[in-house]
Amino acid sequence: MIKRSFFKSRYLPYLLILPQILVTLTFFYWPAIQGIIQSFLLSDPFGRKSTFVWFYNYIELFTDPLYLKSILITFIFSLATAAVSISLGLFIASMANRALKAKALVRTMLIWPYAVAPAISGIMWLFLLHPSYGIVAIAIKKSMGVDWNPVLYGTDAMIMIVMASAWKEVSYNFVFFVAGMQAVPKSLIEAAAIDGAGPFRRFWTITLPLLSPTFFFLMVMNIIYSFFETFGIIHTVTQGGPGGSTNILVYKVYQDGFVGLNLGSSSAQSVVLMSLIIIITFLQFKFVEKKVQYSG
Amino acid sequence: MKLTRIALLVMTALCLALPASVFAKPVTINWWHAMRSARGEVVAKMIEEFNASQSDYKVVGTFKGNYDETMNAGVAAFRAKKQPHILQVFEVGTQTMMLSGAVYPVFELMKDTGYDIDWSRYLQAVLSYYMNADGNLVSMPFNSSTPIMYYNVDMFKKAGIAPLSKTEPVTWDELGEITKKLVQAGIAPAGMVTAWQSWTQIENYSAIHNTPFASKANGYEGLDCELEINNPMVVKHITRLKSWADDKRFMYGGQKYQGPKSEFIAQNAAIYIDSISGIAKLKKAVKDFKWDAAPLPIEAGTTPQNSIIGGASLWVLNGHTKEEYKGVAAFLKFLASNEMQEFWHKETGYFPITIDAYESLKAKGYYDSDPLQEVGISQLNRAIPTKISRGLRLGYFVQIRNIINEELEMVWNGKKSPQKALDDATARSNAQLKTFAKTYK
Repeated sequence: MIKRSFFKSRYLPYLLILPQILVTLTFFYWPAIQGIIQSFLLSDPFGRKSTFVWFYNYIELFTDPLYLKSILITFIFSLATAAVSISLGLFIASMANRALKAKALVRTMLIWPYAVAPAISGIMWLFLLHPSYGIVAIAIKKSMGVDWNPVLYGTDAMIMIVMASAWKEVSYNFVFFVAGMQAVPKSLIEAAAIDGAGPFRRFWTITLPLLSPTFFFLMVMNIIYSFFETFGIIHTVTQGGPGGSTNILVYKVYQDGFVGLNLGSSSAQSVVLMSLIIIITFLQFKFVEKKVQYSG
Repeated sequence: MKLTRIALLVMTALCLALPASVFAKPVTINWWHAMRSARGEVVAKMIEEFNASQSDYKVVGTFKGNYDETMNAGVAAFRAKKQPHILQVFEVGTQTMMLSGAVYPVFELMKDTGYDIDWSRYLQAVLSYYMNADGNLVSMPFNSSTPIMYYNVDMFKKAGIAPLSKTEPVTWDELGEITKKLVQAGIAPAGMVTAWQSWTQIENYSAIHNTPFASKANGYEGLDCELEINNPMVVKHITRLKSWADDKRFMYGGQKYQGPKSEFIAQNAAIYIDSISGIAKLKKAVKDFKWDAAPLPIEAGTTPQNSIIGGASLWVLNGHTKEEYKGVAAFLKFLASNEMQEFWHKETGYFPITIDAYESLKAKGYYDSDPLQEVGISQLNRAIPTKISRGLRLGYFVQIRNIINEELEMVWNGKKSPQKALDDATARSNAQLKTFAKTYK
């Protein structure tokens, strides 16, 4: 029997969540509303002159072919990052879930990359893949004659930032997959084994379906991660280049707003970004979640 | 027990009250800057000297991050009415600062506080960058640089190429021959590499050849200006660089971190175009070969103009007392003194901003022992700045440079022709300029 404590006062629960509400209001709703207002204005950075311009900022954005390209790039980038990091995380988790010696040690070691700051991860991959001083880049150029040059070619740059971003997130996915696998009832696996199902079949028909809630959760988290938290990687590795081929939305918001001080356009971009995330999350919950089984 | 506690409290109160009453004399002047590490130490030293030289004012310097961060901090502080007296802003922020209405123009400040300054004794190419349309100085030049050309002396020697002159620029055709020799003989993996391609290959290229970068005298004479970099001359220059890129005479080394500088240091390229502030860094980093510097190349048959500066200047912000402004003026005057300018120039490689400081260094024989430091100055001083070569005054200049960068990268990787890329860069930049003009209408 679980012991539940409850409060007599009707107001106490409200009082207890008040700090959280205040924090959310000040740090999310208020700036979000400010951002929406700002996106309809043209104002100078010093805030001495603001003109209401209706949808001017949005029209300018969507008539810029490069902005549309930036949206496309963001989707390609986040899907690739999510696909790579989730599949790698799943693979490593299924390996680590086997009967290993020093299981705890292996798992701890695998979690470490998550603690690395994105900027550091970026720099590290730059040292591996830079065409002039990247160890791996020079090696593949010499041994295979591949003209690998992320400084010059957009596709190569995209591959590089996907690797740097996915590498960091693999650990996060790994933790959740291991936890999910631990929760799969041993009896089911054993029963399947007695019926003659091989390890791959057991994984495919039992473990994977039972992992689907974890899968879904990680999908959302990974996409949000690649939309927002990869900023440090882009900033240190490609700065959106070459030729804007890795200029994802959040980096463009920073470039135009923080560096360029074009507040109107940058606010409009943030609103678009926010709407995109809302739509993605909504679609995921509406369509993907239906296929997710929460009960074994 | 109780008594001692009270005594202690009284003592503390007294101690706290004392400095406020007895030592209230020096007026504090806040200076927010973006000078880190070695340069930051030089700045700190200058402040220290000023504070020690008099007792009326006390300058407090605060490092606020890189240029973007410093400017943002200044903007945010101004909005919160907590602005510093002096703010260091990079050259691309000049137009935004001028239109901000938050600035106390330097020429007015000096006049109001009774300083009679002979502006003609300043380096004109530096000064004119920060003048308004009437020729009055709006912000105080501080750290100014200009691009020059570094080259690997050992590689030149191996290829049998004579060292370059420090005052007479080579032509681009000659540079083509030089790089061809270096690459074809297998002496250098690539001919040249350039940093800040918009600044060095388009902005300075245009200024040196007295070709407009933008209409309305490069934006000095009106907000409704438009970029003009898709002119035949620039297109030809970029086309040439692209053909060099194809036969390795030019190598694209990427932007900041990806490092054109590291390509030069690693001897992947024999020639490297970058700011004069690179001198100090190369002196430290290059160990295994000899290098030297020369002015930027020019087109055959042209008389070169001065090059354009980069760097930052000091802006005096509104909203302080007269007393404090007196201190600001005294400090700015102090910074421009020979002693400080010589020190600054020697330690950082940036220009001395006055002719007097330059001449005094010359008289002392400084440039005989360190001739590298003079390459930028003589390039800057070789002609009186014209309306076109004095500088650029564009809104959203950071984004415009980004656009130019992006479009040039598409030229280097073969996705666009030079003409198309420069047309697109012009059109995209003009959209930015239109928005900027609309903001201040």
